[in-house]
Parts: sequence; structure tokens; C-alpha cells
Amino acid sequence: MNPSLLKRTPLFAAHQKLGARLVEFGGWEMPVQYTSIMEEHQAVRTAAGLFDISHMGEIFVSGAGAESFLNQALTNDVRKLNVHQAQYTLMCNDLGGVIDDLYVYRIGEQSYLLVVNASRIEPDFHRLETLLASSPHRAEVQLTNASALYGALAVQGPRVAEFIDACLATGMTAAAQSFRPTDLKKNQIAPVAFSAGALNYGGFVARTGYTGEDGFEIVAPAGIMESLWQKVLDFGLPHGLKPAGLGARDTLRTEVCYPLYGHELDEQTTPLEAGLGFFVALDKPGFVGRSVLADQKANGLSKRCVAFQMTDRSAPPRPHYPIWSSGAEAARIGEVSSGTQSPSLGIGIGLGYVPPPFAKPGSLLEIEIRGQRSPAVVVSKPIYRKAA
Amino acid sequence: MNTNIPSDLKYAKTHEWVRVTGGLATVGITDHAQRELTDIVFVELPALGRQIKAGETCAVVESVKTASDICSPVSGEIVEANHAVVDNPALVNAEPYNGGWFYKVRLALPADLDALLTPEQYQALVNP
Repeated sequence: MNPSLLKRTPLFAAHQKLGARLVEFGGWEMPVQYTSIMEEHQAVRTAAGLFDISHMGEIFVSGAGAESFLNQALTNDVRKLNVHQAQYTLMCNDLGGVIDDLYVYRIGEQSYLLVVNASRIEPDFHRLETLLASSPHRAEVQLTNASALYGALAVQGPRVAEFIDACLATGMTAAAQSFRPTDLKKNQIAPVAFSAGALNYGGFVARTGYTGEDGFEIVAPAGIMESLWQKVLDFGLPHGLKPAGLGARDTLRTEVCYPLYGHELDEQTTPLEAGLGFFVALDKPGFVGRSVLADQKANGLSKRCVAFQMTDRSAPPRPHYPIWSSGAEAARIGEVSSGTQSPSLGIGIGLGYVPPPFAKPGSLLEIEIRGQRSPAVVVSKPIYRKAA
Repeated sequence: MNTNIPSDLKYAKTHEWVRVTGGLATVGITDHAQRELTDIVFVELPALGRQIKAGETCAVVESVKTASDICSPVSGEIVEANHAVVDNPALVNAEPYNGGWFYKVRLALPADLDALLTPEQYQALVNP
């Protein structure tokens, strides 16, 4: 993509100041690393890491018909959410293919915040608009794409709880000062009001993330992102926090087998094939893609997303490397969707699609790396588990 | 950060270095290259006895994020490969010009060396 067409987050100057290496991601110019992926990954696993996730999209859905409308558009059951609770969910096309994977946060009785992938903001919003236009709820639902107005940070790692309360206690409005992020349970969200000068800015703090660690995601107006970023750095540094880029974000999520849109998920792949059936509420009526998904559930899948690790010392697996079955009648059976050297485990790990007979943990596979096949084994998800 | 460019080596535009001792050339990747790659996790070296041509891909170095081809700066026969970097790829990051060398070539065309960059020219390439 022409570099001049790339979008930049409100933290672009902050990344440059830290000497980040910048790359294109989903149409955005984003930091892939500040010092090294390995160091940033370990900081998140053992202490804390700070990510700019301002590229992600924020879509607000509100009104008397919001719950019913979202339950038609998304696979998980929004009715299960109490106010200030969040769930992971998927938006499918009519054939059950995944348009996006996202988080839906219930931020009020009749209002919801959807946090969506950067590269999918336009397709998602267009899809929601189209669905709404033909929905019986169209008069009682307001749909707002607020992606350009908000930035977001993810603060992730086992030591974040040590400093996040103190960090956010300053710069809040007086009314919000009794709020403690660590009072939130996993998947809970709280609206907050940040004060900057004489003005107050509404935002959200949620106990969610994409790393497999405890942590928080903070959604705030673009104008205060730089001061918020600096404040988290200042409070976090004594606790081992490091700024972390998309490189570490990718290795962290791959270790815990969270899908990445464009790798594990696309419009030709269903949530069931991706192993995300837990987030598809087949027991709720009439949502988009339901008939295909119910049919797959009843009649079986043609491919499944598996986690694997290399068993010999080999080069790390990479996306699009062919997957072969093992043994005398080896055949090409699938393709790697995500792969890397695991910084936590020190071995090559990956995710990929294979026919169901090869998807059981313990199944032997071979990954073709530059024309040579190296042995791998299917493992249960997540690949990396924290020591208890 | 200053990149280390020893004055007694020759350099390729593709960021390999060559040290010549008698008829043997030792090849590795530069300090600049290891910094660009960061966190080297895997090194694949050419087989002993392989005849390589200058510019030919003959090794692979992988960081967490990417795989990069190493082109041989010189032609000749591979006579030694450094198994220490296969066993401990991080050695390439730690000592790119010493313990982190890749392989040795018996030079077939000493004139290959004339096509390589001097330390000053390489400095200008990486830090213009």
C-alpha cells in the first residue's frame, strides 16, 4: 500500500519518540516492536506491556431495539450480558463465513459498544447498516461508527493490577475518583470520565485483552491518548512495564490460540471450523448464518483449526506453509494460518486448518518448510498455559 | 545507536561480511543486519562441499517474525559450517563478527572480493 495512504493513530509521534519500528497493518502504520519482540513478549508474560490498539474500531449500538438487532447480527447471545459485561462474539455472512470477530460490551440498559478489527471497520459497519435497513427494529436502533473519535490502549500482564488503580486515579473527574479498575472482574467494563484541563472526556475501562494475561483495555477520546499513554508508562515502568508492539501481540495471542482475522478467520471460514463454537448460540432464534452453522453442527465439518507444535528443532512454521499428514501415505492436507517461534516455549508453534480426522491432540503432522517436511504434533488449546 | 563495522572486513550490499585468511573466506552477517532482524531464533547453513556462486542464496536466518535469505558474497566450496550458531542462534545477535560467523568458503574467484564494499562504503550504505 502507498505509505502516504496509511492511517496513523493519535500515538504515532509517541511511537517515533520511542524508536519503534513501524509497519503496515490493516491499512495503519503501527509499531511492530520498540526493542525486541522477545523482550516485549516476556514483559507481558512476567510483568506488564502497553499496546496502542487505537487502530481498532468502536461502533455504538443503542436504543430499545439494540439487543434484538445485535442478537440477529452476531452469533453469541447478547441477552446473557448484564449491564457492564462483555462477551466475545462473531459477525457472520449468510453462509456462516466470518465477517469479523469482535467484543460486544453492554455499556447501558439499551446501549452497546462493539470493538472491531481495524481492517474490518468498514465491512462491519456496512453490514450492520444493511441489516438494520431491513430490520423490524430499524426505528428503534441508533448505529454510530465512532472509530475516528476514539483511541485505545491495552495494558496487559500479571503486574498490571499493582499500578492501574493509582494510574487512573489521577486525571479522572472527582465523581469518578472512587472507581478502581481492579474492582472489575474479567470481561467487565466501566464507563469513566477523564479530566484534561477544564474539560471532561468520556471513555471506558474494561478487564479484557488479547494476550492470555490479566489486563485492561482503555478506550478514550483521541485527544487525550498521548497523555494517557505517557501516564501508563510513568506508573508502569517501576513495575516492569514496557511498550509492546504488534509483533509481541501476535506471538502472545498465538501461544494462547486466539484467532486473528485474516489468518484463522475470513468470509470462507465458519466459527465452528475455527473452533469457536462456544461463541455461537445455536439455541437462539434466527441470527445471520444460523442455518448453515446448525447444519455444520449436525453433519460435521470439512476442516478444523488445530494448534500444533514442532517436535524436532526446525525453522519456525509460518503462515501458508503446507501441512502434510505423517507416515507412509503422507498427503498434503492443509495450510498453516499462523506460525512463529514461541518466545515462552522456545519452539515453533502454529495454528492451521486440517480435515477433522487429523485434528485430535496427539495427531502427527508434517509442516513443509522451504521444500523440506518437519514433524509436528497437534496439541490441545491453548498451546501455552501459565504455570498454576 | 552506532553500528559496529570492523575495518578489516569486506561487506556485501545484502549485509553479509567476509574475512579473508589465505585462500579461505569466512562469512557472517553484519551488526546492522542482526539488529534489524533482532532475536534470531533459527539458522540454516549450507552443506559441506556445496559449490556456491556469489549472490546465490545459501543460508537462512529467522527471527521471531520473519525468515531472511543469506546470499553468499563470494563463490567457492563450503569447507566449514559453524554449528555453534545452529545450536545457539542468539550467538548471531551477541557476536555477529566473532562466534556468530556462518560458514567458510574456499575462494574460487578471488576477484569476487573486488566487487564487495569497503567498510567506509558499507557505513555509507547503512547510515547515509
